Order: sequence, then C-alpha cells, then structure tokens
Amino acid sequence: MAETDLLEVAGLHADYGVANVLHGLDFAVAQRGVTTLLGANGAGKTTTLRAISGMIRTAGSIRFNGASIAGTATEDIVRLGVAHVPDGRGTFLELTVEENLRLGAYVRKDKAGVAEDTERVLGYFPRLRQRIRQQAGTLSGGEQQMLAISRALLLRPKLLLLDEPSFGLAPLIVRDIFDIMRRINAEQGVGILVVEQNANLALDIADHAYLLETGRIVMSGPAADIRKDEAIRKSYLGY
Amino acid sequence: MDAFLHQVLSGIATGGIYAAVALALVMIFQSTHHVNFAQGEMATFSTYIAYALLTFAGLPYWVAFFITIAISLLVGVVVERVLLRPMANAPELSAVGVFIGLLLIFNSVTGWIFEYTIKPFPTPFGDKGSPLGSFMSAHEFGSTIVTLVVLLAIYLLFRHTKIGLALRAAAYNPVSSRLVGVRVGWMLALGWGLASAIGAVAGMMIAPIVFLDPNMMSGILLYAFAGALLGGITSPLGAVLGGFAVGVIENIGGAYIVGTELKLTMALVIIVGVLTIKPSGLLGRVVTSRV
Repeated sequence: MAETDLLEVAGLHADYGVANVLHGLDFAVAQRGVTTLLGANGAGKTTTLRAISGMIRTAGSIRFNGASIAGTATEDIVRLGVAHVPDGRGTFLELTVEENLRLGAYVRKDKAGVAEDTERVLGYFPRLRQRIRQQAGTLSGGEQQMLAISRALLLRPKLLLLDEPSFGLAPLIVRDIFDIMRRINAEQGVGILVVEQNANLALDIADHAYLLETGRIVMSGPAADIRKDEAIRKSYLGY
Repeated sequence: MDAFLHQVLSGIATGGIYAAVALALVMIFQSTHHVNFAQGEMATFSTYIAYALLTFAGLPYWVAFFITIAISLLVGVVVERVLLRPMANAPELSAVGVFIGLLLIFNSVTGWIFEYTIKPFPTPFGDKGSPLGSFMSAHEFGSTIVTLVVLLAIYLLFRHTKIGLALRAAAYNPVSSRLVGVRVGWMLALGWGLASAIGAVAGMMIAPIVFLDPNMMSGILLYAFAGALLGGITSPLGAVLGGFAVGVIENIGGAYIVGTELKLTMALVIIVGVLTIKPSGLLGRVVTSRV
C-alpha cells in the first residue's frame, strides 16, 4: 500500500468574499517531499497557502497526514505541525529577533528541544545570532526572510509552507536560503510546499511541480519533466 | 517649601492612580486602537464589588482586595468576548458606540444595585502617619506603594513571561501570531481582563480619598487620558510616566495657579496641548503611513 501523502488537496475552492480565486485545485506533497506551485502574479499561489493554513474560507478537501484540516482554525493547524512563512514575511517588527524566535516555538513544551533547535537555526543563519537582541524591524529584507524561516522551523514542523522566499532578495541570499531549505528537507525530513515566481530556483529543489494559472492547475508532474517542457521553459524559465 | 513638597508628593500619590488607569487605557488601545471610555465606570463597579465584599460579606480587607481583582479580570474577559468580539470587523464608530453603551450600563447598574448615595470606603493603611511624616498621609504612601507594585507586576508579566510575549505579539501582529499558534482572540480578552483588574486596584486605592459613588472615576478617567496622551498613547511606559506627571501638575496647578475649582480644566488643557503640539506624546511612536 502506498504511503499516505503528507498533504493532499482535492477540489480546493477559495474566495475573498467577492470573487472566487481558486477553482478546484488538486495537488499533493509527499512524505518528506518538496512540491512547488509555480505561476505568475495573481495566479492564486498565496491564496492556496492561506487556504491550507485556514486563513480564508475554503471549499473542498484538505488532508494533512490523512486527517481533514479544512475548516480548522489556523492556531490548531499550527499545532498539528504546519509552519507557514507568509507573504511579506510576517515579522513581528516591534519585537526583538530573539522574541520572534521564541514565538516560533510558542506551542512547544519541550524546552531542551527548543534550545537545541534555536542553536540549529542560528547555525544556519549566523547573521541572526549577531542581531539577536535587535528589534526585528531594523533587519534587512534578507535577514527578515531568514528570521521568518527560522521562526517557522522552531515549530519543528512536519510541513513547511513557504510563500515566495526569494521575493525582493539579492541572488546570493536567495541561494543560501534555498540551500538551507534543501538541507532541512534532507536532514530532518520536513515536507515543503514552496510557492515561487522564480521557477528555476523552485524546480531545483522540488521533486514535484504544479503550474497555476488564474486559479487552476494547468500542468503538473515531476519537477524534472516540468523543467524540460517547452512551453514552461519559454514562459517561466526564460531561455 | 514644605508645603510645596507636600503638594508634589501627594500629586505623586494620585498620579499613581492616573498612571494605573492610563496603563489600562493604553493596553486596550494597543491591541484594538480604541480608547475604552468605559474603563473608569468598570473600575467603579469593581470598587463597589470590593465594598460589598467588605461590608456585606465582612471579609478582611486584603482578601476582598484580591477577590475583587479576580472578579474584575473575569468581568473584563467576559465583556470583550461577549460585547467587543462581535464588533471585531465592524466600523470604528460601532466600537465607540459599544464603549459609550458600556459606560452608561456600568454606571446605571452600579447606581441601581448600590444606590447613588456617597459612601465612605476604608483604607487598609490606617490613619497613623506615614514614613514620610507630614508630607504624605498613610493612605497616600500605601496606595503609591500598591500602584507601583501593580505596575511592576504588569511590566514583569509582559516582559518576562511567555503569555506576556504572546499578549504583545497578538497586539502588534495578529495575523503572524495566529501563524505561530497564539490564540489571538483569547489574548485580546485577557488584555481586557488585565486592564479591568488594574482599574479595580486604581478604584480601590482612590475611593478612600474621593469617596465611593457611581461617578467616582469620571474625572479620574479624564486625568488618566491626559496622562496617556502626554506620555504617548502607544507607549505603556509613557502612559505611566504621563499619569504621574499629570498627578503632580494637577496638584501644583490646583494649589498655586488655578485653584481647586478649575483643576479638571488642566486635564483638558493638557489633552488639547499635546494633540496640537506633539500628538504622539513624549514617548509615543510616530506612525506614518504611505498613501
């Protein structure tokens, strides 16, 4: 029997009250898998992640480790082990870097494990260690992205949702961040669903890819196949 | 000179009360961007609960004191959950309407249950002299200590506990707070509970001075609001310092400049002055937004 997918979405519809944004999406993230949703601005990528986290009203089925999470409150989805690095990074600007990290582990009770994970993420991002007492609002965009990922990792998640981790960042920082995502996936077996406009980067780390256009999935398959596809290459990879 | 020092010290004593109420106002303002106009009446209601526990139930003062704080906390939580939560997505004016309604309800219910006659309220500090001799009465000295302890406790709660961190996070960034698992709705309710509890302490500390009646806190709320604005409505520390400053300004101004009859006018002068000259207050954040 096949292993249950970590995340299994079927017939997902979502709206912001006025217009339907998603029109019946079907996709999955395998256990320890990396899935990417590609698509242009306004395709519905961010909405899809918000739907999974219970931040907006949805219709359709969302199953996490086999159990339905559709209609569950965001706070409770987090407790199941779903960490979300949101659009705009979601930094607590008024709080210190350290407090931001502590909030990432808010639902955890194992102090020793939290201390260990804090050390681990500060190892991934040494720049955060230098700025640990600083107000998070004073960090650069790249540092805030590092902080957002670290905050998410401190949940010790089973599934990591990443919304445009490359957005607005210098290429070197982007490469660091994607390297670390690969490590997290390989070393800790964290499943990742990453939404990206930068298809090249995303296809590098993903094993599975879906192409989203105005709220519908228009193409899907193993990342390697998607990369080879002529149409994708022309419109999303740019060569 | 002695008279002047006396005025300053007794200003600090009432300033402590203003500081506590100002802090309660700021706590709710930070998470909701609304000023709770009913804060004063809620504190008055709490003080009447203490009065009932003392006179009708005959409890010792400090037992009644802590039970009152616990009940007030609960009342604050319930008010937020039942009355304010449905207003979460309503326009600003709806919330203002609820606050005014709350003010009237608490005021009338207090008057209805306990009557409008002015009642004396006991002090736990006796009427013997204080360590500061003639400069401060025993009650003024004791109530200053109590308010300082409360302010310190609130500071420690917010700075050094997990729940304090969650309270701050929920106030600053509710969306991100939910994404790390903070139950934002309950944090807002707890914020209301804490504000209500602080108000209760302020009420119990001022009642022996101004005597107990359903309108006891209306003037105090005005001074507290002036204090919160002076220090900066976005800054808890500013509000506390502002509260103390207003207490001293009020006392000195009342004694040497405008006389006791026009004391309350000074609160209004401070409010108008701060709003025209420096709307963010002394320690408040200047919020700019791009349009």
